[in-house]
Amino acid sequence: MTRTLERQGAAHAVSGRGDHLAGTGHLVRLALRRDRVVLPIWVVVLGVMASAGAGSYEALYPTQAERAALTATMGANPSLTLLYGPAFDLSTAGGFAAWRYGAILSLFVALACIFTVTRHTRQEEDTGRQELLSSTVVGRYAALTAAVLVAALGAVLTGVLMAVSLIGVGLPATGSFAFGGSMALTGLVFTGVAAITAQVAEYSRTANGIASAVLGVTFLIRAVGDAAVDASWLSWLSPIGWATQVRAFADERWWVLGLLAVTALALGAIGYRLLPMRDVGMSLIPARPGPPQAASGLRTPFALAWRLQRGVLLGWAVGFAVFGALFGSLAAGVGDLLGDSAQAQQMMARLGGSQSMVDAFLASMAGIMAMIASLYVVQATLRLRAEETAMRVEPLLATRVSRLGLAASHLVFPLAGSAALLAVAGFATGLLHGLRVNDLGGQLPAVLGAAMAQLPAVWLVAGVTAVLLGLLPKLTTAAWAVATLFLLISMFGPVANMSQAVLNVSPFQHIPKLPSAEFTATPLVWLTALAVVLVGVGLAGFRRRDIG
Amino acid sequence: MENAISVSGLRKSFGSTVALDGLDLSVATGEVHGFLGPNGSGKSTTIRVLLGLMRADKGTVRLLGGDPWRDAASLHRRLAYVPGDVSLWPNLSGGEVIDLLGRLRGGLDQRRRKELIERFDLDPKKKGRTYSKGNRQKVAIVAALASNVELLLLDEPTSGLDPLMEATFQYAIQEEREQGRTVLLSSHILAEVEALCDRVSIIRNGRTVETGTLADLRHLTRTSISAELAGHPNGLSKLENVHDLRIEGNRVQFDVETHSLDEALRSLTSIGVRSLTSQPPTLEELFLRHYTEDAKAGSAS
Repeated sequence: MTRTLERQGAAHAVSGRGDHLAGTGHLVRLALRRDRVVLPIWVVVLGVMASAGAGSYEALYPTQAERAALTATMGANPSLTLLYGPAFDLSTAGGFAAWRYGAILSLFVALACIFTVTRHTRQEEDTGRQELLSSTVVGRYAALTAAVLVAALGAVLTGVLMAVSLIGVGLPATGSFAFGGSMALTGLVFTGVAAITAQVAEYSRTANGIASAVLGVTFLIRAVGDAAVDASWLSWLSPIGWATQVRAFADERWWVLGLLAVTALALGAIGYRLLPMRDVGMSLIPARPGPPQAASGLRTPFALAWRLQRGVLLGWAVGFAVFGALFGSLAAGVGDLLGDSAQAQQMMARLGGSQSMVDAFLASMAGIMAMIASLYVVQATLRLRAEETAMRVEPLLATRVSRLGLAASHLVFPLAGSAALLAVAGFATGLLHGLRVNDLGGQLPAVLGAAMAQLPAVWLVAGVTAVLLGLLPKLTTAAWAVATLFLLISMFGPVANMSQAVLNVSPFQHIPKLPSAEFTATPLVWLTALAVVLVGVGLAGFRRRDIG
Repeated sequence: MENAISVSGLRKSFGSTVALDGLDLSVATGEVHGFLGPNGSGKSTTIRVLLGLMRADKGTVRLLGGDPWRDAASLHRRLAYVPGDVSLWPNLSGGEVIDLLGRLRGGLDQRRRKELIERFDLDPKKKGRTYSKGNRQKVAIVAALASNVELLLLDEPTSGLDPLMEATFQYAIQEEREQGRTVLLSSHILAEVEALCDRVSIIRNGRTVETGTLADLRHLTRTSISAELAGHPNGLSKLENVHDLRIEGNRVQFDVETHSLDEALRSLTSIGVRSLTSQPPTLEELFLRHYTEDAKAGSAS
């Protein structure tokens, strides 16, 4: 008893700033407990990716001549620098890995940090749990601090694992740490971005959306800056650009890491400044009142699903249009630089499945767009599960809405929405590419077709997610793991020399690499059939299981 | 007339947890039926089974003459449901939710909607999350009561309502009864149940322990008697079914089980009664008796 009183006295004695952070340790433990599966997965998967790629470099490019050709061809290709960033030195395994994986990995590390911060801040407020936590001995800044610490821990661990695993495959320690450091610091920068969006936005979805849009824009700025020779200064406006400018394994520039660190701190500080300017549960942008009566159209489960999903779909569509237009306007530049080097064509054939550099580029862009669309598919399918766990499905199913009707009205989004996204991307790419090469009539349908041909693979991801939703509702987040796995296999598998058996796991691997490769309907038919069966199984499961 | 709800031997388990263990429930058409029980006793699970949201492991369940699991969507045209914890879509206004739920049920009485919004003093322009708990409940209550349905399934509908709104709710349910609607009302507010319900069922650990009219149930419990007598009371302690007997001079106070009331009063009048007050058993006492037995059973096991 006496001891309890003493402890309380000690707690009261803590004054000033210390009070604001009271309870942070408990909240960190709570967050780690909640993320005990997700966090280790992203740390390990992202941590070992680059070293796996570096390990295969020796096997892929054994001779000095091949490596020199690699630098001269791929490294100088603006369409590839658009995607991967500038190649500083492709004559070593480290330089190759840093180039090939740097930009993509920094995207994923940043996304993981954004989601982690939002999950433990804005989402806790959304659900009302934060109110309960805040009523205990928890300081004003404790929740944000705990979220930032957990995201930072994930980023730093990922960076360390990257460095250690790169050293493990025999690369120089200096470059390994520069690479790991640049990735971890990129994660910290976007931890800072999310710390701000969590204060600005009203809902966790919006907070994640704004932060992801910021990430997309910084990636785009870097892409344009790296690809366009006369605007290379643009890359220096983007944190993603700085990560590549660290030049890991190619005469490292350590001071750029400082740039990232300062930015991360500055962004975090803004988040902390904004926090006390709002109330718990409220946002800096206040909610507007809605109509007192529903529009006459709001009378079906689909109308409701549209209302709930349209914002997200629109955001994705804008992103796809911008990226598509960018790729389309740059595609024609690929061929100019390559000439007719047989080696370069062979390498590109491995990546894009075509002898023609431009077509191979267009094909691989279509594939990448589809893989990204599959992430939208998971998000849109799982919206129904989110509604269910928020107890908003129950009152709907207590009306004459059937379970199938409800599920179907949400599944329209992953199925038709993903088709719309690919159409937007394909159209934008085809339009700008067609205009540039003065062959709109030929290129637009070809590029649009290449994008749309990817649809069965995207639908397969929807099918897998639907099965989880219908049969294993508690494990629905595994859908993210499946989609990411497919994406990583198809994006890095061919370069990392993975065996065909592993490559075949990804549905994207079975899609004909249009526009130049021969069109074969068989894989499209069986992928679609499989997707239909999976969606059917998922719907049947949803119809039969308990709700809640 | 057929019962609106008849449930017998209903069982439902979640893994190793038994939620419903042979529950029986019958609600006659046109009655307001109280559904009582301690927290976690299975009331909400029962209502979810009645809504076809969950599938019974065992037992028979009939709702409005149909099978709630198989005929869910068609039965739902004829009923409205108010959950105990209403969760609204954050970007939809209260008015939009009322209209949407009403339309999804198959129609909304616009005049009644307007009247209820006024009576419950609800601002339909606010969006989901900006409502307080009580106001979220009001959104669901208005949506349910403005729908043209035969059966109302109400799962602690008034949790979070202020006393004024509680009275408004009771008045509205009386109106529903006059319209001939059937109501299953799960509640912990015993005054509400006493005021509204024709019959009640009390459940405990997933099983029905009492069911009947309030008058029936009062028979099962004790009346408190306090009296001033002409002489010193004696013989009372020998009576069976008399409890908590206290004697101070000529004053006496005790509880007696209803079926022994005659005997106890005879004993008092034989001495001579100067003043007498008796208090009928309240639902609260009935309730507490079941709850405490529940606690005892819980600690014994």
